[in-house]
Amino acid sequence: MSLAASSSIASAAAAPPSIGRRLLLERLTGLGFAMPAFVLLMLTILLPLAVLLVLSLSNYEFGGVDMDWVGLANYQKALADPVIRRSLWNTLLYVAIVVPGGVLGALLIAVLVHRRSRTRSLYEVAYFLPVTSTLIAMATVWQFLLHPTLGPVNGVLKWLGVGSIAFLSEPSTALATLAVIGVWQLLGFNMILFLAGLTAIPRDLYEAADIDGCSGGLDRFLTITWPLLGPTTMFVLVTTMITAFKVFDTVAVMTRGGPVGSTEVLLYNVYLEGFQYFHTGYAAALTFIFLAFILVFSAVQTFALDKKVHY
Amino acid sequence: MAELALHPAAAPVTPARSALRRLVGLALVHAILLAGAVFMLAPFVWMLVTSIKPPAEIFSAEISLWPKQFYGLQNYRVALDKAPLLRFALNGVILCGGILVVQLLVAIPCAYALAKLRFPGRNVLFVLVLLGLCIPVQVPAMPLYIALAQLGLLNTYFSMMAPFFLSVFAIFLFRQFFRSFPDDIIHAARLDGVSEFEIVWRIVTPSAWPAIAAFSVFSAVAHWNDLYWPLIVISDAKLAPPPLGMMFFADAETGSNYGALTAAAAILTAPLVIAFLIARRRFIDGVTMTGVK
Amino acid sequence: MATVALSSIAKSFGSTRVLGGVDLDIADGEFLTLVGPSGCGKSTLIRIIAGLEHQDAGGVAIGGAPVDHLRPHERRVAMVFQSYALYPHMTVRANIGLPLTMSRLRLWQRLPLLRLLSAQRRRVMRYIDADVAAVAGQLQLDHLLDRKPAQLSGGQRQRVALGRAMVRSPEVFLMDEPLSNLDAKLRVHMRTELAELHKRLGATFIYVTHDQVEAMTMSDRVAMMDAGSILQLGAPSELYERPASLKVAQFIGSPAINLLPATVGSSGRIELFGRPLALSAPLAQGQAVTLGVRCEALSLLHGDSAGPGRAWFSARLRRKENLGSEYILHFDLAGRDAAGVTMRASPAVAAGVNEAAEVTLGFDEAACHVFDADGARVEPRSPGGATGSVVPLRAWP
Repeated sequence: MSLAASSSIASAAAAPPSIGRRLLLERLTGLGFAMPAFVLLMLTILLPLAVLLVLSLSNYEFGGVDMDWVGLANYQKALADPVIRRSLWNTLLYVAIVVPGGVLGALLIAVLVHRRSRTRSLYEVAYFLPVTSTLIAMATVWQFLLHPTLGPVNGVLKWLGVGSIAFLSEPSTALATLAVIGVWQLLGFNMILFLAGLTAIPRDLYEAADIDGCSGGLDRFLTITWPLLGPTTMFVLVTTMITAFKVFDTVAVMTRGGPVGSTEVLLYNVYLEGFQYFHTGYAAALTFIFLAFILVFSAVQTFALDKKVHY
Repeated sequence: MAELALHPAAAPVTPARSALRRLVGLALVHAILLAGAVFMLAPFVWMLVTSIKPPAEIFSAEISLWPKQFYGLQNYRVALDKAPLLRFALNGVILCGGILVVQLLVAIPCAYALAKLRFPGRNVLFVLVLLGLCIPVQVPAMPLYIALAQLGLLNTYFSMMAPFFLSVFAIFLFRQFFRSFPDDIIHAARLDGVSEFEIVWRIVTPSAWPAIAAFSVFSAVAHWNDLYWPLIVISDAKLAPPPLGMMFFADAETGSNYGALTAAAAILTAPLVIAFLIARRRFIDGVTMTGVK
Repeated sequence: MATVALSSIAKSFGSTRVLGGVDLDIADGEFLTLVGPSGCGKSTLIRIIAGLEHQDAGGVAIGGAPVDHLRPHERRVAMVFQSYALYPHMTVRANIGLPLTMSRLRLWQRLPLLRLLSAQRRRVMRYIDADVAAVAGQLQLDHLLDRKPAQLSGGQRQRVALGRAMVRSPEVFLMDEPLSNLDAKLRVHMRTELAELHKRLGATFIYVTHDQVEAMTMSDRVAMMDAGSILQLGAPSELYERPASLKVAQFIGSPAINLLPATVGSSGRIELFGRPLALSAPLAQGQAVTLGVRCEALSLLHGDSAGPGRAWFSARLRRKENLGSEYILHFDLAGRDAAGVTMRASPAVAAGVNEAAEVTLGFDEAACHVFDADGARVEPRSPGGATGSVVPLRAWP
């Protein structure tokens, strides 16, 4: 059997000598099936991660010839760099606006939509549409919508007597404007997650609550919906945090970090350093800082979901 | 305890009052929902309206939801002439199709092995998959870029697809699905002499159809709309997928030709939005798949 | 005073008519059971009484006053759900106390944070806890008050659901298949407990079940429903002894009633397997009728016991079922175009029959029920004016 040769690899993994042919075959098949995925996992995730780690400890510049070890200098530089500090601050500010807006807004909409019967699918479509649309294309439309002189938003503001606001070219409003667009893009997605969570709450409970005198919307929400939606809320919260932390597209298309750096976000700086200025080593260190935040968010989620059986 | 019978006698509940109460509640709910829907849909409406307006109307200060002069043909022609929009869309199809096929071919056998077969290293692999779930593509991007540059593969379809060939999410998702597939059927198939390869593709995979369909939608939406990676590896406009193409087009010149810009945006947004409107349920399931983690 | 009066309640879901104009008057303090096969509309009816569904037509009155415009909690009813519908994130204490919290605290006193400002709240909560403890004591839940529903057994959850219903001292209890999630033994036990609870509380109970044993054992009156209407309303014994239709006869009683095909012969005499009986029905000659014979009405005949007023036919024993105190004997009707029959027999009688043995079975003609081709009850005339029958016969005019 030609299998015999390769089977020694499998049986080397401390298999008892009496291992049956059946089991051996299963091990080989398992290895064979998992191999392509494993190789790709190595090539596209693990190996790059290792390379990235090495790069972050060097002063390598893509296209350059020489490369020196600099130890943790890149990290020290990043943490002291006012540009990076500002972009990190901006990113967290962006997260701080998108998360409450995207989570609480979606929760409100989901609770209201859930009880509709005939109009439910209509609202679902309306709120979900931005999720499927190409954000870059829609960003162009938003730019026009918010245009200081031509945009209808300012048209309405003028008509209301507020006066026009240069949403995207005013440092004080640019980031918040991007965050509103972030909420716009994300709301439908979160709404659907909440709707799934709401569907999982037995109808019986609401009916029992109705009979027990818990019939006002606020009472029902506080007594049943909110506590039972806990795990869903936790999940939505964390995914929204991660998504918001990865903000890039709207910055790249609409503001390019401006005006005066007020919308520079971490990932945009990673992109600039890594692929525009080719400060590869420095960008690698920035990438690890970026990853550290993502991992913290994921850890929060794992921790919270482990405790999700709260009743 | 008499004073605890508490509520100061509320006004008696009459049929008229209760009907009114219900009506007011309903009106309030719909008012909130409609206001939200206007916010969500306004960009789409404005995109379509602007794309059929002549420049004079676009630049006029007055807001109107319908053009006085229909200028749609001109705007869409400019958009299609000045930028290879259909080419961008085609690139998007090639990109999404290529990625999806490889993702499924790789992930399904691996997920089956993780779910149903015992082999050395299984647990390690699964832990790696779980770890992979937390790592966004922006992290390995730079080493991958360097590798592709060294191999001279930048500006190719392959370079655009390569980082996404392995979807740890697909492996994770399908593993969960396959685990609930009855062992008895697999054992019966083995007894009948069906090879393991055929068991995966002809018996187990068809049963996971809903998961595969949903994942396909999820994958397609994600990669059709992805900007970050194509922006890095593609500089040739001929290869640009829709978001990158849109960016090139917006940069190139049109500048303030908002009629053509919105027309281009409409053309590039249309495929997914139309697909969404047709297969609404599948889309919602697919795009929210990440929710099952 | 909590009578419940339903007048021509109708309800459709889409094009499916679930209730077709139900009238029902339930007396104060009565235990009324709605029984019927699944899909007969009994659950919808109780949900309409509770206010969880809205009827398309007709009206509900509780204690003489219409309640159609009232929301569920304003109707002074309590309900026990099939799934118990306990709030999974609350302790038993909070579950039972919820109806009281809702009615005795104002909205702002129930809101998180804001409620800390209320001094009165603490006092009210003490009263509520006392009331909860009283109910828990009655249901032997005292030691479980701090647990959550997931930590309770099925029977305990059932009790908590009851406690939540009782704590408000409602005038009407609605119970939607409350025992169907319990195992057989506990179900038997809870039947007794519920019946005793009813007696103790003196409230009106409306009880929905698909289990005719529950209906028979607990109720003052039973309303047998099918296809959205009430087929028969009466005391359990009435439904058993004088079923108004074939459906009622088939549904009530276990083992199920034996059905024998018969025809109407000349001058209305009913013929069973070609033999005229001493019964006649006011039906046209040649019409098919069905005879319903309870399994305890059947007996083994030995030559001499056949006589006037007793019908007989031959059968072959297929199987004996030993229930300990008695036997259920299953017979095939040799060569007849009819399902088999079952018979209740004492161990002594059962010992006398061997499997596959052919025997003669007989029944008191006066004890059988006659149903016409549409399944409606027909009062037979018994020419001899038979006496001693189980069925109190009314003289046919």
